Amino acid sequence: MIRLAVVSGKGGTGKTMVAAALADISAVPQVLVDCDVDAANLELLFRPRRLTMEEFRGLEAARIDPELCRDCGICADHCRFGAIVRRDDAWTADALHCEGCGVCAYVCPMGAVRLEPRVCGEISTSATGRGNLAHARLFPGAGNSGLLVTEVKKRAVALSEGADLLLADGPPGIGCPLIATVSGMDAVLIVTEPGVSALHDLDRLVTVCRRFGVRIFVAINRFDLEEDICERIEDYCGKEGLTVVGKIPFDHGVIEAVRNGRPVTRRDSLAADALRTLRDTLFAELGLR
Amino acid sequence: MKIAIASGKGGTGKSTVAANLAWALARSRDVVLVDCDVEEPNLHLFFPGPAVDVPVTTPVPEIDPARCTFCGECGKFCRFGALAVLKDRVLVFPHLCHSCGGCVLVCPQGAVREVPRTVGRVACSRPLPRLTLISGVLNEGEVQAPAVIRAAKVLAEGHPLTLYDASPGIACPVIETLEGSDVCVLVTESTPFGLHDLRLAAEVAERVGIPAGVVINRSDGEDAATVAFCRERGLPILMTIPFSREIAAVQNRGGLISRDLPGWEEQFTDLFDEIVRNAGVRA
Repeated sequence: MIRLAVVSGKGGTGKTMVAAALADISAVPQVLVDCDVDAANLELLFRPRRLTMEEFRGLEAARIDPELCRDCGICADHCRFGAIVRRDDAWTADALHCEGCGVCAYVCPMGAVRLEPRVCGEISTSATGRGNLAHARLFPGAGNSGLLVTEVKKRAVALSEGADLLLADGPPGIGCPLIATVSGMDAVLIVTEPGVSALHDLDRLVTVCRRFGVRIFVAINRFDLEEDICERIEDYCGKEGLTVVGKIPFDHGVIEAVRNGRPVTRRDSLAADALRTLRDTLFAELGLR
Repeated sequence: MKIAIASGKGGTGKSTVAANLAWALARSRDVVLVDCDVEEPNLHLFFPGPAVDVPVTTPVPEIDPARCTFCGECGKFCRFGALAVLKDRVLVFPHLCHSCGGCVLVCPQGAVREVPRTVGRVACSRPLPRLTLISGVLNEGEVQAPAVIRAAKVLAEGHPLTLYDASPGIACPVIETLEGSDVCVLVTESTPFGLHDLRLAAEVAERVGIPAGVVINRSDGEDAATVAFCRERGLPILMTIPFSREIAAVQNRGGLISRDLPGWEEQFTDLFDEIVRNAGVRA
């Protein structure tokens, strides 16, 4: 099975649009996974039927028992995250800041601090008609997004029997969730666009992906909006030895498809044609039929 | 006053709003603009100029082999898997360390000490006479984005007017950016993705406890669902920026519409007035 993640560095370049299109027209047995757990949008284009849903428990969080607390404040002195706060004249652990390290419980002379499980989100599996989808929802403000990405990928692997392709829609950025997404992949498809910000972000993303030894492919979305910056991206890719597998034109069909909650490849358009060509080139590179 | 600019979805135009607002305001007052999107900072592309770099370090454990008895207490305590104690040595995985200091506390031999490790930098520049730009930059391959954001915000302290440009998403880096802000501007676009993620971003602002308002970017006029959501949640719409190839072209080339296109400087100073009013009413 080939494991491919669609990523971008800069947000809003069209990752989800491309991932949904590839999933729609891949014609190989596949499993899908939405690794953008902060803002999971793949579901909005497939309107899938939910199969399972479970709680996601992140690292534990501290809780102070007011009955046992003697108000000494030693826990607050030792917490490096500012998570032990004074509220209503008592010490309390603030879940928004607690990293679950356990230092407070260790230093408390009264044994008043305990670490308790905390629910940080939900993990679901669904049937899309184009393969099963593992997806997740991080609760707003909850931490542990990298851990949740790792968990949702495990669900996808568990669903992947008989699949030739595991296709992941990744998060923006280059930090914790992105690293959790790229780890263990065979290849990444970076979706970029002709703009100075996207080009800058592309370079940082490539540096991170190289550390994971994955094959790197590039797609340029809305390439015809700024032909000269598009050329700069292609020059950059040439210099870095990255294969540009597709260039997708600016097309109102894309906005219309997103508005109507369907993959862009369900209707004819210039963008849909370009995505078919992209699929052929990419799948040939990956040895997918 | 501290204004955070955020969005759930990436690429909605946070940096566009932050950069143009900063430029328009710096015409008449001192402004500090802080790039808190440390994974992919972009504001320096709109305000080029020489910068002074300050490294950002986090403390990570170092084991003194002369004192270590391989008892395993540090490895047992670390919940992040940053220490593995073998029969004859201790493996330290600094990438996984959260710098809680627990290993130092639990070691019965005093064999663990903390040493600084560079995870990023903060670049400070003065691209305009009245504008200071402070950009947090996470090193490639690092995961401690909040530490770099914290460092950038500390360097920006003590100024009367500060703008924070957040990263996309709803997790720890966004919380780190929003904390201590007086008001939050949520930038969205009028698509189902934009609305879905705006809903999440509004929840984050609510959870942090700061008033929020909305800027609709790249509007093609079909904003009814977004407008209805904002009304229902009591979120004022502070500004609507239409979709236009002309605006996109300025932006894509690293330009600023408040400087390069007529009328936009006024639009962004009006946006500031709206933000202030919104913060005043709800704060």
